[in-house]
Amino acid sequence: MADPIRIRAHSREGTTEVHVLMPHPMETGFRKDASGDFIAAHYITDVHIEIAGKLVLAATLSRAVSEDPLLYFRLQGGSPGDTISVSWVDTRGEHRADDARILPA
Amino acid sequence: MSKPTMQRRQALQLLGAALFGTSFCGAAWAQVASGGAAGAANGMDRAFAAASLRTVLEALNAMPLPGTELSLVVPERVENGAVVPVEITSRYGGPQDLFLISEANPFPLVARFSIPEGTEPFISTRIKVAQSCNIYAVVKTGDAFYAVSQPTQVNIGGCGG
Repeated sequence: MADPIRIRAHSREGTTEVHVLMPHPMETGFRKDASGDFIAAHYITDVHIEIAGKLVLAATLSRAVSEDPLLYFRLQGGSPGDTISVSWVDTRGEHRADDARILPA
Repeated sequence: MSKPTMQRRQALQLLGAALFGTSFCGAAWAQVASGGAAGAANGMDRAFAAASLRTVLEALNAMPLPGTELSLVVPERVENGAVVPVEITSRYGGPQDLFLISEANPFPLVARFSIPEGTEPFISTRIKVAQSCNIYAVVKTGDAFYAVSQPTQVNIGGCGG
């Protein structure tokens, strides 16, 4: 099981800033291990982010997103105390979902 | 994302690893990718499996116009292509999709971000860039596509080792 998604969301005057970091190896399938064998591709393909049950960002990622994908975005709406939920699915069908509260800026 | 898609992607990766034991970020990968993608169910899957900028745009059915209301920030020069910060800001209104493309990558389409109403058409993330090349930001708003590009120079490729 992958490490928890790190979520930081701050809201001020109706604008919410969101930082999300999803620990994940994001293996491309092009890298080799010490014995020269290719390391199998393994990367997040889909990310969904909701605030209070409403979709605020959907992302489709490829293997070319860096290890431990980081997303930073902003939206109109969201208030301190609202729940922000982030979930991802990867190429092995593994998935992870975490949530956090929006904080005042 | 449907399950068959996952399986197909995994199959592609395994096939690639098995057949091209010595290739590295090379054209061989690209051929596997485009061949395997021929039967893909939808344009988005084809776009992610496409091996050139041209085929990515074809799969998206995109003939982008110059993105006068679109900005893309990438570093002019990076030491390590494995972690390249990129930022797209669109000034087009309404819900839209933002695409990031790294032209010289084995699979150039890096990510798609669907921006619903209420979310700013802006995204900041970090990507892998295989070698010095142009990075493209493409926005789809309604049926219209707009694009901008910025070159980035990479000292150590982001394809891994």
